[in-house]
Amino acid sequence: MALNATSTDAVIAVRGLRTQFGATVIHENLDLDIGRGEIVALVGGSGSGKTTLLRAIIMLLQPAAGSIHLFGQEIVGIGEAAAFRLRRRFGMLFQQGALFSSLTVRENVAVPLREHTRLPRQRIAEIADLKIALAGLPADAGNKLPRELSGGMLKRAALARALALDPALLFLDEPTAGLDPVSAGAFDELVAQLKESLGLTVVMVTHDLDTLWSATDRVAFLGEQRVIGYAPMRELTQAEHPLIRAYFEGPRGRAAREQACKAR
Amino acid sequence: MDGEQCRCEGDWTLDGIEALDLQPRAIRWPAGELWLDGSGIQAIDTTGALRLLNIVAELEQASRSVRLVNLRLEHEALLDLVRERRASAGAVPPPPLVRGALERLGRRVGSHARHAIEFLAFIGEAATALARLALRPGRFRWRALFGNIETAGVHALPIIALLSFMMGVVIAYQGGQQLKFYGANLFIVELVSLTMLRELAPLITAIIVAGRTGSSYTAQIGTMQITEEVDALRTIGIRPMDLLVLPKLLALTVVLPLLTVFADALSVFGGMVMAQVMLDVNFGDFLDRFPRVVTPTSFLLGVGKTPVFAAIIALVGCYQGFQVRGGADSVGRHTTVSVVQSIFLVIAADALFSIILGGVGLWR
Repeated sequence: MALNATSTDAVIAVRGLRTQFGATVIHENLDLDIGRGEIVALVGGSGSGKTTLLRAIIMLLQPAAGSIHLFGQEIVGIGEAAAFRLRRRFGMLFQQGALFSSLTVRENVAVPLREHTRLPRQRIAEIADLKIALAGLPADAGNKLPRELSGGMLKRAALARALALDPALLFLDEPTAGLDPVSAGAFDELVAQLKESLGLTVVMVTHDLDTLWSATDRVAFLGEQRVIGYAPMRELTQAEHPLIRAYFEGPRGRAAREQACKAR
Repeated sequence: MDGEQCRCEGDWTLDGIEALDLQPRAIRWPAGELWLDGSGIQAIDTTGALRLLNIVAELEQASRSVRLVNLRLEHEALLDLVRERRASAGAVPPPPLVRGALERLGRRVGSHARHAIEFLAFIGEAATALARLALRPGRFRWRALFGNIETAGVHALPIIALLSFMMGVVIAYQGGQQLKFYGANLFIVELVSLTMLRELAPLITAIIVAGRTGSSYTAQIGTMQITEEVDALRTIGIRPMDLLVLPKLLALTVVLPLLTVFADALSVFGGMVMAQVMLDVNFGDFLDRFPRVVTPTSFLLGVGKTPVFAAIIALVGCYQGFQVRGGADSVGRHTTVSVVQSIFLVIAADALFSIILGGVGLWR
């Protein structure tokens, strides 16, 4: 079994984070810990800074203040070489896929492998094909260009690229948005399966209530520029904070909870 | 019960496999039934699992009987996952990239012919849109027109001033060397004025505008094409032709002649400066001779062909923008094509003008 949610062994530790765009402050004094082997979702209303937090953690955005530890290493003000080594250890699935449009899906998946390993061509192609199959794509998808794929297939191809280096940590930005319910369910299952067998830590931004109920260990609720609730779904939906209540007490929120309770 | 035992040890992860592959060693497998003992495996990821399964598959292909034993439960689960997914993976090899020379030639001719026809259709479409506009001028998008005039015209003034001034200086310098040799200093006026007004100023201006404005038309429309903004316009009921092409086309037809007049003035001024410095022909002498040797026809012929250049640049730029498909690299490719094609067509049109005008006897 992978280590469970009570592990104190934090993969990500954010302390006193402050991010801002010009005069607009997105986060102020934000703390967040994510343990090894956890699946954590970041939720919150639109504009609450979920994606911004994700971008700060994966070193795409320099915070104005505070500290972020990734695998125990401080990344605020980190050097180029150290950042490059860290980047090998996590994968990111971007909201729109962000596949390179001039490369086929197989070449897209091979890019991180080429950049970070010295494996022979043949081996890289083999690994890329496996990742494409792991992400649930048909075999002929490898030769296609991103523009020839449907939205759901694009997400899967992007997941295959995020998994290319067998990362210990996976970031997903709205992984199930735009997928049909069957594909979304399969995606959740795939993530859970990978977590079980690889001991993967997963951090995702999502609005998908079904995913929140079925696939996450803990959910961090962002609001008022910080984390205002951080607990497993069942506890979080009982929280008193008005923002959290408003988020989960809508008809959709209630329906998803009933569904989840029935399933349990 | 007992076969030959082999222990798998260490990290079967991407790093481990990489190290393994960089120092390939031939493994000598013992004879008989093989038991691969997985209890020594510290960590395994999908890459390691794939490698392990490949080893098993290779051995089985050599008709050996192989069993994986003593795997940890979670390693077993991962192997099952990879085994199941691998079955469907990699069945389709990438298509061969190399084509025969004849096939390549055929494809190129075919695609060029198709593009030529499509471009003609695009010109026709633009013409109908223009005719529709002439019938109902009230619907015209004036804001877009004036916006385009500002960016394509006003903002281009400094670069055109600088380049055409330098062009005048260079021509006067090169020609002046020869004239001085024959003592025909005063003929610098004809040399600079006619070259510039008839040929160089219109051409230089058109080339600058093609590189500056034509490329931006392609990039703008191309990006809108990718982000589905063009489709959004269509669904709202706005013809992309009316909003994106006509204002650009008309703006450039207005702006390019004006820019050319500006370039005429600056390049002749450049020539005047050089004439005074090098040939002792002062501004007074230059300006005195200028109207006697340069007829209005020369000036008008130079400026007169620029609306045609403008139409070429605007139409090629917009057409290439609409040809963009897919992603970022397509925008880059079509922007390049747009600049190359519009400059080529402008120079070709200029040559055609020379032949036609020469034919009807309008030399001066």
